[in-house]
Order: sequence, then C-alpha cells, then structure tokens
Amino acid sequence: METLKLLFKSPKFIAGLGIFVFLFLTAFIYPAVVDKNPFEMVGLMYEAPSSRYILGTDNFGRDVFVELIHGMKTSLIIGLFAGVIATAIGVTIGLFAGYKGGTVDNILNSITNIFLVIPPFVILILITVSLRSRSLAVMGLVLGITSWPWTARAVRAQSMSLRGREHVDIARLNGASVVEIIIREIMPYILSYIFMAFVLQVASGILNEAGISMLGLGPSNVVSLGTMLSWALLFESVRSGAWWAFVPPAITIALITFSLYFMNTGMDEIFNPRLRS
Amino acid sequence: MRKFTRYILQKFSWYLLAFFLALFLNFLLPRLVPGDPISVLVSQMMSGAVTSEAQERVYQSFIQEFGLDKPFFVQFFTYVGNVFKGNLGTSFSLYPLSVNKIMADALPWTLFLQFPAIIVGWIVGNLLGAFAAYRKGNFDRILFPVALFINSVPYYCLAIILLYIFGVYLRWFPIGGGYSRTLLPSWSWPFIVDVLHHYFLPFISIVLVTIGGQAIGMREMAIYELNTDYVTYCKMLGMGDRKIQSYVFRNAMLPQITGLAISLGTMVGGSLITEIVFGYPGIGSTLFNGIRRLDYPLIQGSTLIIALTVLAANFIIDMVYGLVDPRIKAAQVEGS
Repeated sequence: METLKLLFKSPKFIAGLGIFVFLFLTAFIYPAVVDKNPFEMVGLMYEAPSSRYILGTDNFGRDVFVELIHGMKTSLIIGLFAGVIATAIGVTIGLFAGYKGGTVDNILNSITNIFLVIPPFVILILITVSLRSRSLAVMGLVLGITSWPWTARAVRAQSMSLRGREHVDIARLNGASVVEIIIREIMPYILSYIFMAFVLQVASGILNEAGISMLGLGPSNVVSLGTMLSWALLFESVRSGAWWAFVPPAITIALITFSLYFMNTGMDEIFNPRLRS
Repeated sequence: MRKFTRYILQKFSWYLLAFFLALFLNFLLPRLVPGDPISVLVSQMMSGAVTSEAQERVYQSFIQEFGLDKPFFVQFFTYVGNVFKGNLGTSFSLYPLSVNKIMADALPWTLFLQFPAIIVGWIVGNLLGAFAAYRKGNFDRILFPVALFINSVPYYCLAIILLYIFGVYLRWFPIGGGYSRTLLPSWSWPFIVDVLHHYFLPFISIVLVTIGGQAIGMREMAIYELNTDYVTYCKMLGMGDRKIQSYVFRNAMLPQITGLAISLGTMVGGSLITEIVFGYPGIGSTLFNGIRRLDYPLIQGSTLIIALTVLAANFIIDMVYGLVDPRIKAAQVEGS
C-alpha cells in the first residue's frame, strides 16, 4: 500500500498510466457501444478525412477510425497476453536459477543466454511462417515464448542477491520447500521489479505484433494496428499520399508504447532511490 | 594472455551452440507446416503455364534436394551438411536462381545500411545520455521525454512518416529503392551520389530510433554512477569535473556495451522492416518477398543469414567487452 501511494506521487507514472487507461478504455468501450464492423466497406479507396469518416477510408474503402479502435483492442489484447506469458516464463526460470544456483542455475542460465543471442525476431518469423492460421491467442503465445529471456536474466540476478538473506535461511531451517521459499520469501521482494518487467514486455509484445504483421505474418481474420500498417504499405498509401491510412496506426502504436515506457520510468525512479535525480 | 584465449574459446563454443540451435530451428519449423508444402508450392508457382511432367520434374528435384524421402535425422544432417558447404538451396519463387546468389546480392545492402546506422546511433545516443545526466536541469528535462518518445516509435513507423514527409510531400528524397532504375551499378560518381541520396532516409530513421534507446540507457547508468561513493570521494579530493566525468563515463559505458549485444537482435529485426518500407534491396525486402510467395528456401536462407550475422556481431562485442572490462582482465591476472 505504501509503495502504491508513493507511485501515485510520480508524475511520470501518473501520466503514463493516464494515457494507457484512456486508450485501453476507448479500445474496449467504443466497440461495445457503437456496433460497427471494421471489415465493412463503406466508401471508395482512400477517401480523405471528412465529417462522415473522421479518418477517411483505407485501400478497401473501410472506415479507418473504426478500424483503428478495433485494431487497438486487438493489439492491446495480444500485447497483454504476450506480456503475461513472457513474464511468467521469465520469472519462473529466473527465480529458480537464481535461488537454486549450482547445476540448475548453470543449465537454466545457459538456455537463457543462448536464446538471448539468437535474434527473437528470427524465431518469431520461423514459428509464424509454419502456422497456417494465427488466432489472437496463438499470436500472443508465440510473441510471449520468444521474448522471455531478458526477463529471466534480470530476475535471476535479483533472486541471486536475495538468496543469502537471513529470512530465507530461517525459512529453509523451518523445512520450507524450495517452491514455498521462492514464492513466500523471494518473490514478494522483487514484485515491483517483476511488474516493471511485465510493463516492458507488454510494450514489446505490441511492437513485435506490428513488426511481424508488416512482414505479412500477423494475426489472421482480425484488424490489428500492425495489419493496418501492413495493408497501408502494401497498397502504396504512402506513395499516393493517403496519410490517414498509416499515420493513425503509427501514432497509436507509438502512444501506447510511450505510455508504458513512461510508467516504467516513473516506477523505476520510485523503486530505485538511487535514480532519483 | 592465455586466460584471454580461454575466455575467447569459451565464448566461441557458446556461440557455436547457439548457432546449431538456430540451425535446428531453421530446419525444423518450416517442416511443421501441415500438408506437403512442396507439392502445394510447385502447383501454385507453376499453375497453368507448364505441363504436369515439368511440375513433376521440379517436384522431384526439390524432394531430392531436401532429401525429403529420407528419415528425419538424415534430412537434418543433409541440411547441416549443405549449409556448411555454403549451399542454401534453390529458390521456389525465383526458380532456378540459387538462394546463395540472392543472399549475396542482398546482404551487402543490409550491412551497408544497418552497421553504420546502429554504430552512429549508439555513439551519439550514449554521448547525449551522459550529457543529460551531467547537465540535469532543462537539457535533461527536455531531452529525456523526447528521447523516450522517439524510442517508443517503432523503426518502421518512423520510417513511414519520414518517407511521407521528405519523400512524398517535400520530394527531397527518392521514394524508394537502393538506387535509380535508370542507372547501372558502377563505381562512378553519379551512381555513388545516387546511392547516398537513396540511403539517407532509411539510414536516418534507424539512427534516430537507436539514439533514443541508447540515450535513455546511458542517462540512467550515468545518474546511477554519479551517486556512487567513489564520485563523492573524488569530489572531496578536489578532483576536476572533467576527470570525474571521464571515470563515470567509462564505468557507465560497460553495461551499455552489453546492452548493445542484447538489443542487437531486436535492432536488426526492426531495421529489416525499415528496408521493406523503403523498398531497399536488402535481406529484409528479400525475406518479405519470400514470405509473400511462401518461398521456404528463401525464408530459411534469410533467417539463417540474419541469425548468423547477429551471432557474429555479438561475438565481436563480447570480445571487445573482454578487452575493456577491468573485472574480466583482473580475473585473467588472478588466474595466471
């Protein structure tokens, strides 16, 4: 509770959280209230923004504004899902490796290091290329399992530094099992850290979704911010000057990641007193 | 020096292991595609225009090339053997062009674009970050959010927006490609100028995003270092600001070198898409075409070359790190 109060004193955290919550609510409330199909072709190709279509129409004559909101929802869902999976894998491996040490640590750390140097993007391409249909859940899962290594690495370092603390020794002498010690004695101390890593993972999930979609390997049968950009590029919206087809998704992606990074910096300044400049 | 050799060897064996894993994933994953991709592809790419005998011939040549009629492990060793012989196979979509040839044409463009851009962005970003940490005040207050925002804009979004503003709207730069179609590649001045003209926008878009990320990391490290005991001690000794700054800079630099190694994979991934935005004739565009046409040999060739380049770059960074980190040097001295 104390830390939460502290957090809300950080202007950076508040600003980041504010933007994120605003985008999140828009993405989830608008489609629930206004029943418009993002796939419906309402106009001609690349109609400029007007009072009828605030952000104009795209290459298929679809309403860019409706697409944008639905795309934002898709990207947020994929990003959050990927963030949960990457954080869960990374934290589990990091905690065990750091606490156990010895052979377990050697093995887990080697696996982490190997996956750190193989570009995650390459693995992402190889997996998505071999999938016939890519649903939201599958995309989130794939993005999550390719981005856990750096969380594992960071959590391992934290967990290692806590291993020798007295309260951990006491728990061990009391006969607590490894899992119990990790969950009760180690995890609570790095919870803030885990949450920060999670926020960054969500941002990277959203960025990677857009990146992989630009390669033509995005989620199938849904609009996401990435697929919007990929269509805009494929149908030459940039060269034909139809800025409304690519500027809104590009700025939205930047805004979502910016809000998350800003939150992260705010938290970092609160949780690491040494960073308070 | 013997210890350093051991450090190199140890690192090298790790990278070799990572390379084999990359090779295995490269081999395995496209084979998980349901159905028989080759027969689907052969009929797709040659539909209508050719006789079924010709199709059958191409089909058989693919089967033979990949050894698909043999057991799984034999297939893997055939693949590894081919890779080590430097044979990446034959492209589906550009048949009968070899993937080697396509890669040899594309890779120089990618290296020419990414290597200078990442290095320049990294150096400028670190200097700016360190400067923001010393100066604090207004400089920091303005630079930091700007850097953070630029860093949140993905490479490809910045690329699209720069292309639109400077290429389409202002017409200062060409709207795509590596050079004008009307010129023949040669070492002549007009051609070099033309290449640089096409080079500027993709280059600057990668540099800007890299600067953002690096400046943030460096600023954080420098602030952390500025609050340490040795800085207070140096100040109490009456040491000059410049001298202290050089200490701080050197110490804050180390994590930035590791940071470069870790984020290199992500950077390269992001920059590959920049190529697609600008229609730059590198590996990214090749990969994109391969994906659109389901050209598995081309996709596999591209991902392998990307993985190999990133691994090599990381290995070099590790070597540099071993040379500059006093702790690794100390371990070498202690051990000998």
